[in-house]
Amino acid sequence: MQELTLGQAVNQALREEMSRDERVFIAGEGVGVSIHSGPYGATNGLLEEFGPRRVKDTPVSEAGIAGLAVGASVMGLLPVVEIMFNPFFTIAADQIVNHAAKLRYLSGGKSKFPLVVRVKTGAGIGAGCQHSHNLEAWVAHSPGLKVVMPSTPADAKGLLKSAIRDENPVIFIEDMILHFVPGPVPEGDYTIPIGVADIKKPGRDVTVITWSKMLGAAFKAAGQLEQEGISVEIVDLRTLVPLDETTILESVRRTGRLVVLHEATRTGGFGGEIAALVAEKAFDALKAPIKRITAPDIPVPFSKPLEDFYIPNEISLMDSIRELL
Amino acid sequence: MDNNEQKKLLRMMLLIRRFEEKLVDLSQDPQKLGGMMIVCMGQEAVAAGVGAVLLPEDVIITNHRSHGHLLAKGAEPDLIMAEIFGRRTGYNKGKSGTLHIAVPEVNALCTTTVVGGGIPIAVGTAFAAQYTQKDYVTVCFFGNGASDEGSFHEALNMASLWNLPVIFICENNVYSGAQRMEEHTKVKDIADRAAAYAMRGEIVDGNDALAVYEAVQKARQDCLSGAGPVLIECKTYRWGGHGTADQQLYQPKDEIARWKEKCPIKGLKASLMQAGALTEQEYQQLESDTGKIVEQSVQFAEASPWPDPAEALEDVYA
Ligand SMILES: Cc1ncc(C[n+]2csc(CCOP(=O)(O)OP(=O)(O)O)c2C)c(N)n1
Ligand SMILES: [Mg+2]
Repeated sequence: MQELTLGQAVNQALREEMSRDERVFIAGEGVGVSIHSGPYGATNGLLEEFGPRRVKDTPVSEAGIAGLAVGASVMGLLPVVEIMFNPFFTIAADQIVNHAAKLRYLSGGKSKFPLVVRVKTGAGIGAGCQHSHNLEAWVAHSPGLKVVMPSTPADAKGLLKSAIRDENPVIFIEDMILHFVPGPVPEGDYTIPIGVADIKKPGRDVTVITWSKMLGAAFKAAGQLEQEGISVEIVDLRTLVPLDETTILESVRRTGRLVVLHEATRTGGFGGEIAALVAEKAFDALKAPIKRITAPDIPVPFSKPLEDFYIPNEISLMDSIRELL
Repeated sequence: MDNNEQKKLLRMMLLIRRFEEKLVDLSQDPQKLGGMMIVCMGQEAVAAGVGAVLLPEDVIITNHRSHGHLLAKGAEPDLIMAEIFGRRTGYNKGKSGTLHIAVPEVNALCTTTVVGGGIPIAVGTAFAAQYTQKDYVTVCFFGNGASDEGSFHEALNMASLWNLPVIFICENNVYSGAQRMEEHTKVKDIADRAAAYAMRGEIVDGNDALAVYEAVQKARQDCLSGAGPVLIECKTYRWGGHGTADQQLYQPKDEIARWKEKCPIKGLKASLMQAGALTEQEYQQLESDTGKIVEQSVQFAEASPWPDPAEALEDVYA
């Protein structure tokens, strides 16, 4: 099987979807000619292959980019637009939250807005809090949007294809560190359904629910705890909205213990949603309190030791799992 | 401006140049300086010219390409360098890094790397001056690319509507990321955008520190007499890539060479020498003085302690 980074897998999905369907176009800042013309770039080479009609480099105008997607999608095109870094999503937010998410509802179900907004996210790039800020809970809190956050290159390819083919606005959030991490990716066309979580590692004693970059920390912790005789089940959510309640609840019913792990900050984070779901629907199965491992409630600091402190890691995950047992 | 003042301009440009040459050098080794590194090489005349006009009480709001602006407003090289190194002794205790250094000590109140993010904030600081009837102005630095953000248009409209004492300095360095000006807007001169808000717009040679100084001096007086705001477009050029990681594949080599001929430091040096106001020896002295300041700032930064991890939790709320 081919080895691709997540960035390359996104690139392949875009290329295949653009070849398959003429209605697909991409737009964003530097999606054609970029200041970082590396082979891992998600839109690398697409301008050369598909030309400037379908690969639109835009001015620095996030509200405009998002509005472009809303308007083009209602006319039947399939826009895939890029917001360079998650904090800049806030500038696009009016078009996405107040418009993309609500206009179908406001039309009484008559119109549809099949657009994808790709957003790069995550801490660990040494750029500070105006480039790194995980805002997935913000979008998950806006009914009408679907929210996808892949953790592996293979998932990214299949999920992005589903997102492009979906008839609804999908926010597709890509971690920037994962962009450079390679993994096996099937060749050719395949999709992974939106709204289906994936048990990345089965286990007996505790369920860890996570997504995006934190999957790596979950695997590290699970590997070490295995040697202590603790068996960890890792559920990769992949999609926050719609949420795969069945996989979550079945896993917790099997293990009786739950730790939710995410890189975003704690208060109002999506981990609270998972905890509430399990408390409501599987309380009887719990042998221990639910735990959340998250970033502290602070902006992402610049300085290396501070940024390292911000990012949740396998050590705090292992500590909290041991406490549960 | 008298010759002594002009020499100060030259010295400031040299300091900025040396400071950033050092940063470019250090960032070749990600172990020393990781993350993004964005410099203003070639654009020093804008920072120096504006800085020479402003008084301590004047406010600046700046963007991702801010080292020059901060130095010219009077921020300490040591403390900027320490911040860029992420050390506890830096201006922001390592919270900011190179991209968002705030120096309230010199009224550099906001450095934002969100393109266009600072422009409405400048309206607010200018509003406060008008509200409290204080005689200070706000200078807001941003790029040609930033003038494509909605925030720019909202801010200029409000500032004009209320005659606020704010000077909008657009540093037009030809590029916005990888896009040339004509690839991101059909407008030829950003200064033209002022007309849309019934504001005075002016173009100056952004590689001529004296021209910048004079335009900003006049704009400052206008602002204080209630005839503000003003938009000044400084035509200049980004010698390097967007950041040090940018290989500049899209930037024509001969274009870079042409602009290097128009180096703002070379230009002022030549005119001062022609006027008999500067000797080569004096110039060498300025070079070595500024070089020493930069060396000293790196030593200070490297000798400074890292913050303790738990210090990340501090400074979120007042
Ligand atoms: C809101 C926002 N969108 C995109 C970016 C990424 N970005 C950083 S600088 C830049 C180009 C800005 O060009 P310009 O305003 O001309 O300033 P210059 O970099 O040329 O000094 C872009 C697109 C950003 N930092 N903020
Ligand atoms: Mg520019």
